[in-house]
Amino acid sequence: MTHINIAALEVGQVIGKTEFLLTRDSLVRYAGASGDFNSIHYRDDVAVSVGLPGVLAHGMLTMGVAVQVVVDWVGDAGRVIDYGVRFTKPVLVDATDGAVLIISGAIAEIDIEAKTARVDLTTVFNDTVVLGKAQVRVRL
Amino acid sequence: MVNPNIQGKKYPATVPYLVGREKIREFALAVKSSNPMNLDVFAAQAAGYDDVIAPPTFAVVIQERSLGTVLSDPEADIDFSRVVHGDQRFIHVRPIVAGDELTSVLEVSSVKSLGAHSMVTFETQIFDVEKQLVCTAISTLVVRGGE
Repeated sequence: MTHINIAALEVGQVIGKTEFLLTRDSLVRYAGASGDFNSIHYRDDVAVSVGLPGVLAHGMLTMGVAVQVVVDWVGDAGRVIDYGVRFTKPVLVDATDGAVLIISGAIAEIDIEAKTARVDLTTVFNDTVVLGKAQVRVRL
Repeated sequence: MVNPNIQGKKYPATVPYLVGREKIREFALAVKSSNPMNLDVFAAQAAGYDDVIAPPTFAVVIQERSLGTVLSDPEADIDFSRVVHGDQRFIHVRPIVAGDELTSVLEVSSVKSLGAHSMVTFETQIFDVEKQLVCTAISTLVVRGGE
């Protein structure tokens, strides 16, 4: 059981909105925590040499951060039973200013019998949606 | 180009990965989680878990170990410097808990051509010591073709 009353949910209802600042420090921290040491995520020279405009956030970091709005809503990360995204646009992380992600989640589907709901995430960087088909199924 | 013949190929199970409590905390902080289930043993136990649980995307750490075996497989012929992550999904039977010892088995579910590029989809099944399925991780990599 969660504090959420599934019967009172409505499709389209916004369950949360939040902002996260990703800095170069965030990328280094994620590289260490995940073991993904691809240097396009911390070295400008390498990023530019492979044709990128600069250092990018790991797609998996953006994915991992975006779901937190749902985790905060249900209160238990273990209730996320299915989570998928498409990486559609890169998140360029400025060395000085970082990158701000604006994330919101809205109810897309409710299954009263299975006691699950699907939340669709919108993750925006620089006025552009960076994750496509970002869908999270939670057990309520 | 990625060798289309690897479609359906299964790779052997990875060596067991022991999930540490501090590793979960480290990963949770890296993805900016403030969920007590990821960080606080007592909160996690009060919710019925044996120990802190991992954030929903932590399974990528296990998936990477399986992917590593494919990327180093000469038959697959995947040029890692041309790889872009296309999409990713995690289907959890249960959350990963500190103390879990996990192995993973990877199957190449499809290899498709898209002009000069290849799209390769991998399905990684992650099992605990009791051989129970914990999570299925599905990942599509886009391998850019040569200029």
